[in-house]
Amino acid sequence: MGHAFKHTFRTALALSVSLLATQAFAKSDITVAMQLEPPHLDPTSAAAQAIDSVVYTNVFEGLTRFMGDGAIVPGLAESWEISDDGTVYTFKLHDGVTFHDGTSMDAEDVKFSLDRARAEDSANAQKALFAGITDVEVVDPLTVKVTLSEPNGNFLFNMAWGDAVIVAPESIDNIKTNPIGTGAFKFSGWVQGDKIDLERNADYWGKQPALEKATFKFISDPTAAFAAVMAEDVDVFSGFPAPENLPQFEADPRFQVLVGSTEGETILSTNNKQPPFDDVRVRQALAHAIDRQAIVDGAMFGYGTPIGTHFAPHHPAYVDLTANSAYDPEKAKALLAEAGFADGFETTLHLPPPSYARRGGEIIAAQLAQVGIKAEITNVEWAQWLETVFRGKNFGLTIVSHTEPMDIGIYARPEYYFQYDNPAFQELMTTLNSTTDPEERTKLLGQAQTMISEDYVNGYLFQLAALSVAKAGVQGLWVNAPTAANDLTAVSWAE
Amino acid sequence: MSRNLILGTALSSIVVLAAVVSFLWTPYDHAALDIPNKLKPPNATHWLGTDHFGRDMLSMIMVGARTSIAVALVAVGIGMAAGIPLGLTAAARKGSWLDELIMRGNDLVFAFPSLVIAILITAIFGAGAINAIIAIGIFNIPVFARITRGAALSLWEREFIMAARVAGKGTARISAEHILPNIANLLIVQGTIQFSLGILAEAGLSYVGLGAQPPTPSWGRMLADAQTMVSFAPHLALIPGCAIILTVLGLNLMGDGLRDWLDPRIRVART
Repeated sequence: MGHAFKHTFRTALALSVSLLATQAFAKSDITVAMQLEPPHLDPTSAAAQAIDSVVYTNVFEGLTRFMGDGAIVPGLAESWEISDDGTVYTFKLHDGVTFHDGTSMDAEDVKFSLDRARAEDSANAQKALFAGITDVEVVDPLTVKVTLSEPNGNFLFNMAWGDAVIVAPESIDNIKTNPIGTGAFKFSGWVQGDKIDLERNADYWGKQPALEKATFKFISDPTAAFAAVMAEDVDVFSGFPAPENLPQFEADPRFQVLVGSTEGETILSTNNKQPPFDDVRVRQALAHAIDRQAIVDGAMFGYGTPIGTHFAPHHPAYVDLTANSAYDPEKAKALLAEAGFADGFETTLHLPPPSYARRGGEIIAAQLAQVGIKAEITNVEWAQWLETVFRGKNFGLTIVSHTEPMDIGIYARPEYYFQYDNPAFQELMTTLNSTTDPEERTKLLGQAQTMISEDYVNGYLFQLAALSVAKAGVQGLWVNAPTAANDLTAVSWAE
Repeated sequence: MSRNLILGTALSSIVVLAAVVSFLWTPYDHAALDIPNKLKPPNATHWLGTDHFGRDMLSMIMVGARTSIAVALVAVGIGMAAGIPLGLTAAARKGSWLDELIMRGNDLVFAFPSLVIAILITAIFGAGAINAIIAIGIFNIPVFARITRGAALSLWEREFIMAARVAGKGTARISAEHILPNIANLLIVQGTIQFSLGILAEAGLSYVGLGAQPPTPSWGRMLADAQTMVSFAPHLALIPGCAIILTVLGLNLMGDGLRDWLDPRIRVART
């Protein structure tokens, strides 16, 4: 007995020594660079993706969460039950979860967060996620009951969004500058214009992350981004802005290049209310005038998957409709002639800063010129784009990547900036939202994709690739980007 | 003629010639994309290679010269058209409130860093070649006003002006008929220098995206586009960069040479 104990003890000692040794050698901090700096750090009150890129799952967590492959898994909710009619979700929360300020996370906080998000005066950028909620009830400190007005097959998916994370009433006032969440990392400092620091949350309820410290650095200029990675000033560059530089990193053994898919449908947005784009033949002509592969090759240096509708190709319900708008300049000319524009027409093309838009725009303008459409290019900054194009709807054409996951629903909003108003589509979306049967949903999603593709609402270009560069030793990064995030909870350094 | 003048004139002529020829002929359509043939280094079919869209660099440089020259020329034109009369008026009415008004106004414009104001103007009124011309032009006005006034002031003291006055000519006529011809060489030299600065300013503005908009080629934007590709396609940056350097160098040499050549004192000393 005594001997056995001694032996076990010795083995345990040896094991722990070796564990210590590995921990001493493996690096425990990381610097992640991104192009855009968040305007503030409250993911529940702004649309800026940069906020989620810093805080999602690192600082803030929701009831459910996205994994890197797009799967929805339990987050703060340990489990849930759905009533037979699909309208009542009873979430069982994890026990012993605390916010970074030491207060406990319980059903009251969930109720507060959801009620705040769905309130009349809520500043939430994705209020539609919460639209179906009629009541949030605290059953006991670890059980919360959410009642929906009608079944919503997307509800658990909706709750995984960065806009639906759980926040605390105690810390809500300063959330924009001092975010207090429940995540594995807590916020420790922000040098405006430069970086945001996070550090490990020792009291984290789940598995402790391997990293002790994480720094998010903001480098907007593509040339500076290239230099920073080359000089090894940063460990990871998430969303590398210059795809033309990736082959160099690939050839360099110091780095690894991660090429995945995002939820970003890059489209030639067309103002459906502005003549001549109110004529479907003109829109169809546009679609046939565009050579997608040339845009992927020329603007993205080959990174990106051509799409024929507003849907992510990696999604199981995706329907390949690229044939609807195959490159055919002759057909485009014929369609234009039929619509009364045999000599073409003039329009505007607003291009926001990302290279997919600026370079893609130059290519598209040249392609449109081939069929007689003269698109006058105006390069705009994001603020100006939001003002003129998105809110002002004062544009003919623009190029933008719609990076929200599963956002085909925007086509059911006639006031949305491209102003597609089709009652049949709106009805289809209503049916979809109340359908929970997966097979039926897939069928409806297919119909929706086909409808907008055949209506040529926008020019569908390509699915934006998720391009990141990391040092060779970094493990556990997301390759795909099912939502804007840099999940560091599973990231570690190889020895 | 000095060596400077010959070299400067030769360099400037090449650029002007390229711009003029581009109206009639370029090796390829400067706007035609040929993506499969992108980023080709200089070779027999594309003498200066192709850019990231497969466009012919030589054609773009030639048409870009047109943009540069047009912007700089009109900007200098604005500066001369407004600056010279202002300077002449100020000199003719030396010491009056009008003189003060014109010269203090000039000081005000001078006090601002020109490129920053040019950025401001194009930011407010929108990016584009026209606004770039206006922005650069405005900053040429005080340059010409000042140099005109300075040179004219010393002439007003001369006997032949006195004689013209005695003959009954008004200040406006004297300015136009006697002062202006005598300071013309000075203005031509200054014009050449301002022209080269105009080309630099245009390149600077289009580098930050505020000059001529695509698809109109512009040297500054070609440089900006080349930035991330310097490491694997250096010709993309070197070619427009060299075009700018050679043009500005040529114009400056030409300005220097012209000054020496036209300046009566130096001319006398030489002979």
